[in-house]
Amino acid sequence: MTSTTAEPRRRQAPAPGVVLVLAIVALAFLGLPLIGLLLAAPWGQMTELLTTPAALEALRLSLVTSILAAALAVVLGLPLAWLIARREFPGRNIVRGLVLIPLVLPPVVGGVTLLTAFGRRGLVGQYLFDWFGIQLPFSTAGVVLAEAFVAMPFLVITVEGALRSIDPRFEEAARTLGAKPSRVLLRVTAPLIAPSLVAGALLAWARALGEFGATITFAGNFPGVTQTLPLAVYSALEVSREEAIALSVVLLGISFAVLVSLRGRFLGGRG
Amino acid sequence: MSVSARIVTRVGSFTLDASITCAPGETVALLGPNGAGKSTVLRTIAGLQSLSAGCITVGDTVVDDPAAGVFVPAERRRVGVVFQDYALFPHMTVRENVEFGPRSTGLPVTAARHWLEVLGVAHLADRRPPQLSGGQSQRVALARALATEPHLLLMDEPLAALDAATRMEVRGHLRHHLAEYRQGTLLVTHDPLDALVLADRIVVLEDGRVTQEGTTAQVAAQPRTDYLAALLGVTLLRGRATGGVVACEGGGRLVVSDTTVSEEVIALVRPQAISLHRERPEGSARNTWHTTVTGLEVQGDQVRVSLAGPPPLVAAVTPAAVADLGITLGAEVWASLKATDISVHPA
Amino acid sequence: MRVRADLALLAAALASGLTASCSSTEAPDDTTTVLTVSAAASLTDAFTEIGDAYTSEHPDTRVRFNFAGSSTLAEQISAGAPVDVFAAASPAAMQTAVGAGTVRDPMLFTANSLAIAVPAGNPADVATLADLTRDDVTVIVCATTVPCGAATEDLFRANGLDVAPASLEPDVRAVLTKVVADEADAGVVYRTDVIAAGQDVEGISIPDDANVVNDYPIAVTVDAPAEAQAFVDFVLGDKGQEILGAWGFASP
Repeated sequence: MTSTTAEPRRRQAPAPGVVLVLAIVALAFLGLPLIGLLLAAPWGQMTELLTTPAALEALRLSLVTSILAAALAVVLGLPLAWLIARREFPGRNIVRGLVLIPLVLPPVVGGVTLLTAFGRRGLVGQYLFDWFGIQLPFSTAGVVLAEAFVAMPFLVITVEGALRSIDPRFEEAARTLGAKPSRVLLRVTAPLIAPSLVAGALLAWARALGEFGATITFAGNFPGVTQTLPLAVYSALEVSREEAIALSVVLLGISFAVLVSLRGRFLGGRG
Repeated sequence: MSVSARIVTRVGSFTLDASITCAPGETVALLGPNGAGKSTVLRTIAGLQSLSAGCITVGDTVVDDPAAGVFVPAERRRVGVVFQDYALFPHMTVRENVEFGPRSTGLPVTAARHWLEVLGVAHLADRRPPQLSGGQSQRVALARALATEPHLLLMDEPLAALDAATRMEVRGHLRHHLAEYRQGTLLVTHDPLDALVLADRIVVLEDGRVTQEGTTAQVAAQPRTDYLAALLGVTLLRGRATGGVVACEGGGRLVVSDTTVSEEVIALVRPQAISLHRERPEGSARNTWHTTVTGLEVQGDQVRVSLAGPPPLVAAVTPAAVADLGITLGAEVWASLKATDISVHPA
Repeated sequence: MRVRADLALLAAALASGLTASCSSTEAPDDTTTVLTVSAAASLTDAFTEIGDAYTSEHPDTRVRFNFAGSSTLAEQISAGAPVDVFAAASPAAMQTAVGAGTVRDPMLFTANSLAIAVPAGNPADVATLADLTRDDVTVIVCATTVPCGAATEDLFRANGLDVAPASLEPDVRAVLTKVVADEADAGVVYRTDVIAAGQDVEGISIPDDANVVNDYPIAVTVDAPAEAQAFVDFVLGDKGQEILGAWGFASP
């Protein structure tokens, strides 16, 4: 866009020196391991390393389970976020804290707690096993459960924040126009928080994709059934460093591609 | 449908206790300062808030009665609301906004289309709220509320979001539309002009209580509270009248023309009725006194000069007069006020 | 106000996290030597006891242990982990470290054989090795990349059994833990693990002629202080061997 008339260009104030330096350090801190990974990657052997049956299985399993886990996080997390944000009830703060626990729990501990609840002798798991013969540990469903457990808090936080920030008058206006609560939620609230919902779902998905500790502890490790990409990397590490790095690069590549392509649109507010 | 409401709410230390009615076809303005409780009145009638005590009836349906355990939520009351900032759904077009009500309640969308036409915004049907001007938004918000054919229309500060120029124009159009609307309208405002132009009746709400109500003409001519008087620009004095002389509370006396009234009274003095002089004036004015200037304030093309009492009064003169007479803070002047220019009413 | 409370909570959590990790890296004073020993997971109980015994004989030395799958440990040492002694559950794992030039002169110090561990009460009624091939038995084993897993694979092959495990765990203790918790009907672990677990599991022994034996080598790393060799000698000596024997290990 050219302008012949002197339209003054906005001069940004220069970034304070300290801020710039620290930001560069932060970038280096985050970027160097990734650069190291890319440099150590066996680019020549990539295709053969990544097309082994085990690698392809791990990739397929990871994508399927992480997407299912993110979906589960949305289906269960959205109503929960709505309840916490919109309704006052005794113990609300405790519930909010509870939801955030998977964030601070070491993933392996998370896996252990899942066993106590859903394992064969677990609180709920024992009935699933004794009455229906359903065994969640060592199953793909168990992987989805473990991944959803660690991913859900991301969805809930993002959505709860969005719900708090939208003007309550839109929902009030909808109610005065005769809309029942479910219609208000669907036609007014949800579209207004859509960008944050998508961002939350993406974060949840990325977290689910990278989950290791809870998966291996709760769901176990078996190719094709429960051996997701992170578990495959761990197993490969003991045998072939090249294979481990190759798989890591794939993991990195998928996440990076999706996050970068959508980040601008959905985390920066509505277009 | 008429609405009859006895509204009692207690929030913290603030208690609202007011009775409001509105007949079909009537436009009632709820006038009062900020914090008086006007929005609460609106929200309780709309069903967005519940009463602590009292009763609200729309038509013959009781919609809120805490004592009887009755509460009809907002979505089931046929009460239309136009919010102060309009709250138009930004993710829907104008048409979708206006049709939202009928579609939510299963009513035909013909009413929606009708109101879009009547309010002159049909050509904007495919635009989105961020693309509309203030005046256009207001009309779309009104169309949206009316599209559900509500039994009562509530408007919260309908013109506050508009700039001064637009406000004048929109006020005129709004008056016209409200006159056509068959049901009752209750509008909340702090701007006296809105009340005077748009309403048939005015209810004055101050600090949670109704301090005055009556037809627009009555209330405008005889404000009974300091707030209202100040709002309308007149000085209000209280005192006791005896044989044509009012002894003011706080000191001072005024000679008035009405000799029949004899009791506690409210005396209203328009600032424009007071003349200022350099020396004791001659003439028929029955009230002349020597005083000092305690304040000067420019208001539009007039200057309001505050005069020391008792009783303290405000005179409105031209800037030229201020210059001519050398009126400054603390200056000594003579003031005169005709007895016939003071309106006196029983308190 | 709420923000400040949240920040305080976060600061406290961080502080406790940092101090927790700090407590394991006490700077030794000049008179105390700290030895770091990476040992196979199956050696957990035996070596902990050996460590205590060593310290009571050498009060100026503290021994710190790092227990995990042998191949993981070898990888860590190759990557430069500051370890003084490495005790592996198979010569193959030790060979990795030797090949990387990080350890010297490994010596065999003990041996172990495999056993089947079942949850207390043996819910799936497992009696023999062949029972592991039953469809209704959930079996877990170590991953083939760790010595226990390689041995298990040899075991199944040598006995002509087609076993479909439900999971390949990263080390033998992980297998044991899940069996103890009754998450699996049976797990293939070391004899010593069954002994270590005591009442929590029941052991089904595998007859010697069908069993596989793992030899355990131990070695000092190239950068280790002189005391490291003293520790290795202790393990190879009478006291060390006695403790190992008590935990069910066999002579090499």
